[in-house]
Amino acid sequence: MRIANLPVSVVATRLLPTRWDLVVVPLLLVTFVLLGHGARQMAQPLTALDVTPLTLDPAALPGYALRTTLRMLAALVLSIIFTFTYGTLAAKSRRAGALLVPLLDILQSVPILGFLSFTVTFFLGLFPGNVLGAECAAIFAIFTSQAWNMGFSFYQSLRSVPRDLDEATRAFGLSAWQRFWRLEVPFSIPGLVWNTMMSMSGGWFFVVASEAISVGKTTIALPGIGSYVALAIAQHDLAAVGWAILAMLVVILIYDQLLFRPIVAWAEKFRFEQTASGEVAQSWFLTMLRRSDWVNWATAPFRRGFRRAIRKRNVFPRLPAVPQEVSLSTRTVDWIWYGALGLLAIYAAWHVYIFVFAELGWWDLLHGLGLGALTLIRVVILIAVATVIWVPVGVWIGQRPRLAEALQPVAQFLAAFPANLMFPVFVVVIVRYHLSPDIWLSPLMVLGTQWYILFNVIAGTTAFPGDLKEAAASMRLTGWPWWRNVMLPGIFPYYITGAITASGGSWNASIVAEVASWGDTHLTAHGLGAYIAQATDAGDYPRLVLGIAVMSFFVVALNRVLWRPLYAFAERRLRAN
Amino acid sequence: MSTPQSAVLLDVHGCCKTYGAPGREPLVVLEDAALTLTDGEIVGLLGRSGSGKSTLLRIISGLIAPTSGEVRFLGDPVLGPVPGMATVFQTFALFPWLTVFENVELGLVALEVPRPEVRKRVQSAIELIGLAGFESAYPKELSGGMRQRVGFARALVTYPKLLLMDEPFSALDVLTAETLRTDFLDLWVEGRMPIKAVLLVTHNIEEAVLMCDRILIFASNPGRIVQEFKVPLPHPRNRLDPTFRSIVDAIYTRMTTRTAGPAGERDGLFPGMGLGMVLPIMSTNLMAGLLETLAAAPYNGRADLPPLAAALQLEADELLPIGETLQLLRFVDLAEGDIVLTDAGRRFVDDGVDERKELFAHHLLSYVPLAAHIRRVLDGRPDHRALFSRFREVLEAHMGTEQAESTLRAVLAWARYAETFTCVAEEGMFELPASVPQDG
Repeated sequence: MRIANLPVSVVATRLLPTRWDLVVVPLLLVTFVLLGHGARQMAQPLTALDVTPLTLDPAALPGYALRTTLRMLAALVLSIIFTFTYGTLAAKSRRAGALLVPLLDILQSVPILGFLSFTVTFFLGLFPGNVLGAECAAIFAIFTSQAWNMGFSFYQSLRSVPRDLDEATRAFGLSAWQRFWRLEVPFSIPGLVWNTMMSMSGGWFFVVASEAISVGKTTIALPGIGSYVALAIAQHDLAAVGWAILAMLVVILIYDQLLFRPIVAWAEKFRFEQTASGEVAQSWFLTMLRRSDWVNWATAPFRRGFRRAIRKRNVFPRLPAVPQEVSLSTRTVDWIWYGALGLLAIYAAWHVYIFVFAELGWWDLLHGLGLGALTLIRVVILIAVATVIWVPVGVWIGQRPRLAEALQPVAQFLAAFPANLMFPVFVVVIVRYHLSPDIWLSPLMVLGTQWYILFNVIAGTTAFPGDLKEAAASMRLTGWPWWRNVMLPGIFPYYITGAITASGGSWNASIVAEVASWGDTHLTAHGLGAYIAQATDAGDYPRLVLGIAVMSFFVVALNRVLWRPLYAFAERRLRAN
Repeated sequence: MSTPQSAVLLDVHGCCKTYGAPGREPLVVLEDAALTLTDGEIVGLLGRSGSGKSTLLRIISGLIAPTSGEVRFLGDPVLGPVPGMATVFQTFALFPWLTVFENVELGLVALEVPRPEVRKRVQSAIELIGLAGFESAYPKELSGGMRQRVGFARALVTYPKLLLMDEPFSALDVLTAETLRTDFLDLWVEGRMPIKAVLLVTHNIEEAVLMCDRILIFASNPGRIVQEFKVPLPHPRNRLDPTFRSIVDAIYTRMTTRTAGPAGERDGLFPGMGLGMVLPIMSTNLMAGLLETLAAAPYNGRADLPPLAAALQLEADELLPIGETLQLLRFVDLAEGDIVLTDAGRRFVDDGVDERKELFAHHLLSYVPLAAHIRRVLDGRPDHRALFSRFREVLEAHMGTEQAESTLRAVLAWARYAETFTCVAEEGMFELPASVPQDG
């Protein structure tokens, strides 16, 4: 974002490559070539999938990995567009916010995998006979696992823009468009970057489910790591599962180094603090990009264009103002708006009621609620177990800052680890020792989500004020009194944040985790997740809708009854500062 | 028109600002403010926090709309932020992700100035205000004084006719603030800035006398302009000049004189009457400290406020609320710029810890109607407990939600010190302290 004062080196050595250019330019070119290649493959006719069926040959994996990466990237771009529009609308318009914010809450709680069966049908219809339809469905599924928390993060940032900066932009007469790019977006970036990284981990979990799509009679396997894994599981091929894990690890590493690290390092300057802080995130790739003259030269037109665009007063045509005489009073408009929303909700509820209960009875609803209760018990017990294990471990790690830093990428990988990849181990052990699937399949639910508890406990311990630690030491507090009075209250707000994320994710994961298969062996646990998974496989839409509705109800109820009071308590009483 | 020296720049008349839902008694923040600004003046708005001076500045700048009344700038009504006025903020309001150059440039973004012109103007504003060499620095790399210089440059780059300053020096340390004031006055006197007039909001009496040609004194409850002082001294002014000192003294006296508002008799200097009195959060340590200082030599029970404030290194608006709280509790009397210890105040100083608490409790229940009310309710309950929110709702009938909350917190802190009643935070319940004999 330099404006004047070009560095001397740029002017003097314009045509000579620096050593940075020699590394960066080939890297970037290769990336563009690969992206183009992958994108072209996405628009083939559907029959092309049958001509070149999936293979478990490890040599095909890089190609699959590329396709998967592209899908995730596309979903990410969609998520960002969604974030900027939805978040802005929800924050700027009181009336829109009254609808959009609770809707976001529900969308965050709805089992994402449940969406799949509806969207696949829709997108296949949109591009008949072309792979693009299936691709869109997969991308949309990944999008739904990423977008909501990003949108909510942006909304919250917009609502907490510092008052003095807000007044400054208004006093200097900036238009809404100028404010958006100068104040609101920059202010929201640190939160947004963090949430995007979380979303990416969450996205991996669902890549596996979204690439190998089977809804009722339709079965499509898009080339990608996800369908590779599905095929490996179906064919009982342990080595292939190993290769898939390796490929995932590599892709996550590349994403981390080439995308997220640079973004985190770049986002440093948007951190809202007026004093320079000691720790600053670094990225070798960003440093290279910044020092490469060729990159600077090649991107200069885009940066100039962007700057010119955000300097514009308005890019959208101005809506004609409503003449004062005709405009209704605010209260009247409110009545009309909320009334219309209410009617729409009643109409929708009635429609769902008709659709579901045309085939199903009240007995099915009770059945669904019962299964929901079973899954609820699993979630609660598993979160409790994960807490008992990871809180002490997290505190131990958090007190060793160097270890904590080294473990960060590892933990990120573990959070992205899809439960499906552990199916072989669980199924083999359960069958061998005749264990009950109802109990022993459950750990799969927290496999990916327990790490959020660990992350947050580590973060909380690292942030724990040093003077309080020293005070506790000087009073010679040890053992249980130390945990009870010093450390547990200190990390509680962080723990709660982690536990909320873990609990929400576990509900979602139950759809994958309560039904496990390895080759021809299929194991099923009793629970709402299995109910939804089976309804999806059978193309049984009424049961699917019922299952999704019941699960959403459970998640929202759990949030309201348990998590919200605990979160409020933590924020009110236990935040240091 | 023909005499630019006396051309009217800004004309404010009948400006009121009230908050509150319809049906409830509205909270009057600013009542019937009127002022005229002509070319070549620096005018100060002086008063304590809550006296409406910042509200008036925001109304003039178009950031908020008055409930009634009108602002005219160069003859045209102000309905929103207009070009020709620029604001310098107390908190600097710099964008941490923009460099000094980009922060200053932001002032021109809305004006659609051609690019080369922008670069020239930004550069010259930066040089004028003494920031040359810092163009590519980020605000977090600068000291407070340099940050506020960026704030000045950003305002000046728009070539404003009227510069609005909202306590621009109050977030800076004493030395830095003085340097910045002097630099600003130099530029002003030498006519090197494009501005025609300045409106300065401040709570610092000496700052107002140092910088302004006219000073408008604000009083609280409701916020209003009560008097105008002229400062007929040439720049640069000398703080030790007898005329300077006498103006400072006169302003101090004015600010401690009680004036009945237009609504008639008041219970003191705090807004509202009886239960509805808005109370400031004031630590009992500060109160005891001031009483002890007053009782000791050299004051021996009576002090002139300006030297006392200087000795305690407090601004007028920090010292006055302490004095007024003590006056409410009948431990001191404030009059004519003096603060005088009462008999009760002297007894408080001479007492030991327990007697002090007892005396404080007695005065609290006698002179603070809200404390007496809460205590009565608690005494009347079999379990001696009552919900915090219950009292907040009672107060909200008289004042805004935030004020109700802080008034309750203020009373709670005093009652805790006096061991009159206490509050369990988790449950949001007021209750009698365990040591109080409960005769339920």
